[in-house]
Amino acid sequence: MSLEIILFVILGGVAAVTSVIVITRPNPIISALFLVLNFASLAGLYLLLNAQFIAVAQVIVYAGAIMVLFLFVIMLLRPGNEEKIFSRNPVVKIIASIVAGVVFLQIVYMIFFTSPSNSVTGEVSASVNAGTVEAIGRELFTNYILPFEAAGFLLLAAAIGALVLAKKKFE
Amino acid sequence: MQIPIEYYLILSAFMFIMGIVGVLTRRNAIIVFMSIELMLNSANLTFVAFASYMGNTIGQLFVFFVMAVAAAEAAIGLAIILALFRNKMTLNIDEVNILKW
Amino acid sequence: MTQLIYLTILLPFLGFLINGVFGSKIKNAFPDSIGEKIIGTIGSGVIGLSFLIALFSFFETLALPVEQRQTIVVLFNWLDVAGLNVNFAYQVDQLSLVMALIVTGVGFIIHIYSIGYMHGDTGFWRFFSYLNLFIFAMMNLIMADNFVLLFLGWEGVGLCSYLLIGFWYDRKFEKSTTADAAKKAFIVNRIGDFGFLLGMFLIYLTFNSLNFNEVFSRASSFGVDESVFTFIALFLFIGATGKSAQIPLFVWLPDAMAGPTPVSALIHAATMVTAGVYMVARCSIIFASAPAIMTLVAVIGLLTAIFAATIGLVQNDIKKVLAYSTISQLGYMFLALGVGAFSAGIFHVMTHAFFKALLFLGAGSVIHAMHDEQNIQHYGGLKKYMPYTALTFLTAALAISGIPILSGFFSKDEILWYSFANGGLWYWIIGAFTALLTAFYMFRLYFLTFEGKERFGHEKHPHESPKLMTVPLIVLAVLSIIGGFIGIPEIFSGQHGNLFHSWLEPVFKNANRKLAFYGSHSHFQEILLMVVSVCAASASILFARYVYLKRPSVAVKTSQRFAGIYKILLNKYYVDETYDALVVNPIKKSSESFLWKIADNKIIDGMVNGAASLVNFLSDNIKKMQTGIAQFYAIVMMLGIVVALFWIMLSL
Repeated sequence: MSLEIILFVILGGVAAVTSVIVITRPNPIISALFLVLNFASLAGLYLLLNAQFIAVAQVIVYAGAIMVLFLFVIMLLRPGNEEKIFSRNPVVKIIASIVAGVVFLQIVYMIFFTSPSNSVTGEVSASVNAGTVEAIGRELFTNYILPFEAAGFLLLAAAIGALVLAKKKFE
Repeated sequence: MQIPIEYYLILSAFMFIMGIVGVLTRRNAIIVFMSIELMLNSANLTFVAFASYMGNTIGQLFVFFVMAVAAAEAAIGLAIILALFRNKMTLNIDEVNILKW
Repeated sequence: MTQLIYLTILLPFLGFLINGVFGSKIKNAFPDSIGEKIIGTIGSGVIGLSFLIALFSFFETLALPVEQRQTIVVLFNWLDVAGLNVNFAYQVDQLSLVMALIVTGVGFIIHIYSIGYMHGDTGFWRFFSYLNLFIFAMMNLIMADNFVLLFLGWEGVGLCSYLLIGFWYDRKFEKSTTADAAKKAFIVNRIGDFGFLLGMFLIYLTFNSLNFNEVFSRASSFGVDESVFTFIALFLFIGATGKSAQIPLFVWLPDAMAGPTPVSALIHAATMVTAGVYMVARCSIIFASAPAIMTLVAVIGLLTAIFAATIGLVQNDIKKVLAYSTISQLGYMFLALGVGAFSAGIFHVMTHAFFKALLFLGAGSVIHAMHDEQNIQHYGGLKKYMPYTALTFLTAALAISGIPILSGFFSKDEILWYSFANGGLWYWIIGAFTALLTAFYMFRLYFLTFEGKERFGHEKHPHESPKLMTVPLIVLAVLSIIGGFIGIPEIFSGQHGNLFHSWLEPVFKNANRKLAFYGSHSHFQEILLMVVSVCAASASILFARYVYLKRPSVAVKTSQRFAGIYKILLNKYYVDETYDALVVNPIKKSSESFLWKIADNKIIDGMVNGAASLVNFLSDNIKKMQTGIAQFYAIVMMLGIVVALFWIMLSL
């Protein structure tokens, strides 16, 4: 029972359980808060995978910025509590659940059939070196400088767009 | 590393399916958006798992860009919800069916 | 001039176009009589020109040696498809020249007559354009050098017959309308045409060509089984029975009397009805190769002759008597063809054209004078009012009865002689008996119309017809008298031989060789038969004079004593009614009840409407997929992803 396995079980379990809670609670604020918890557990999983930069970026961007945005909007709009998930139009929802279950089984089958463990090496040192800020920065600013700049433009456009869409119209 | 990569992949598949079920079944628009974020994160997990097990940086770069795009998309989507709420006073996407036959 | 023979066909077509397109304008532009004269001149002039061209061509051909007397004039290549090569080409040979002279000559005379007869008719220009179209089609028929062009003319004359019978389209006629009579003619003709088409198909299948020269030379040389010839000849003969009013397809000809009298004269006496005779004569080699059908032709001709003659005995409408007389004489022509006397048949075509046209035109003159009264029981004693008409009518009646010197004597006696020599005693007996009946009913007609007491009220002022109508009568009378001299049989003309026969002999050479009638029956038999038939004809003329002139009561008493037979004859053996009951009404009923109500309304309309309502139903249900809810679309997308993943799974 190494530490790695214990951590994986805990963090993975939290991630799985919170994802279920997110989609089933009628109260949107509870869903939002549990989503934050999900993101945090994911950040832990990233650390377990030696992806230091991404873990921190996850916490800052997702849990810190996006979820805060969500909570702001929820509290601004004050939507009422939704009914229980299967109370209205249960047929469509049951069909959707069944379809999703089928997809899950298909993906699991494909994962086991292709057995990626035979093709990936899983060396610790390589993955540690790959996950450092330095390694990511080197790749980002030399080979992928163009997508980097494009992402910047994308964020600028998103910011302007959000501004325009949500503006109050002055009479 | 001792954990076979399949476990990470199955976990991310599970989160993805949960996100899909949330998108298909919930009526509140904000919950739908949160489910979409859940799906994006599951994809991120897959990328990072592969990047780590193959000793490659590119997977993590991809996650970086996915995060940037997800942030932008969340901002715009919530702005649209705000505009929609101002017009229809409801967040129930069942009632946004103007394209019905 | 022979090379210009196509003009004989083109000129009438031009006349048709000019009168058809400009006719009404001419009528409106000029005062009545001048306009009519212009239209009449154009209509008759083109036919006159055609006659002159045919005449010149005849003399040219006469000057050629016998072996070279056939000229083919090709206008253009008409059909060239999958091995079938048909030209728009005309064959100028002995037979077609004879027919061309008859058609254009008699046609010209009738056109002149029509200018007078149709005076004052509102459709004057239409009449002449139709007449010209008819001559065009008829010339195509007789001058054609292949079956397809002949069939074009065949159908064309059928069409013109329809147009001209129904010319007075707003008049009633007996129990129905002239339009019904026209339809009957067209439809009955069509039944015959179907047989003709089948014959043409068989000919093409057997001989791989539809050109006369090719087919006839191959008919002699190919080793074709006799049964094929039998079928071909049978089908062609069915076509001939339709066009030439033989049993069983003769029923249209009496009804065709609904049309104006010049139409009856031209189409239903002189030309169109002889098209069948021409066709059989042209295909003589085919018929000669099928002896069974030759017998059939002769028997049907004979039966038709006596059948129609018996009906004509009691009819009271002047045109009806002449119509049945035409059917009877056509029977004679087919009898001649059936016993192998092809040139005798064509000779009778020629003489019959002369006297029958004369008879019809004379009848038209009488009808015109008596203001459209056609019942001969209301005539009588017209001789003193219409001397020219009476005299020419008498000439024609004598000719048709076979009185010596006149043309009918030579042609009819030749037919009777050959029916005895090649066919047998019974052919001659029935033929001679029919000749006796012919003389009787013809003179019954003459005596009741022109002699005896006047049986009409004096509000009708009968008068002689204008010169425009009487001059053609005189011309035709002269032709009836002298027209027979060209065919004087050998026994009289000695070393000259029968001129007409020798002129046409090369055309029928192959057929005659095949039939191989060895016969040197003696001259004595021939003269004996001639004398017998002349005596019989004279006796029946005198008997008719006795009955209808001296003692009319005899006719009345006889009809009362044999009332049953009289009724049957008067009602034409109820043939029309039989056809109606057996053929026409069942077809009508089954069409109405099944084909119309079920097949058309329910099945076809149902299929079409059903397709539309199916589309409606499907779209009504499919449109429900557009719910407007994005999540529903997402579910559908997920289903697609499921399928895609299955595909990937299967290919792993």
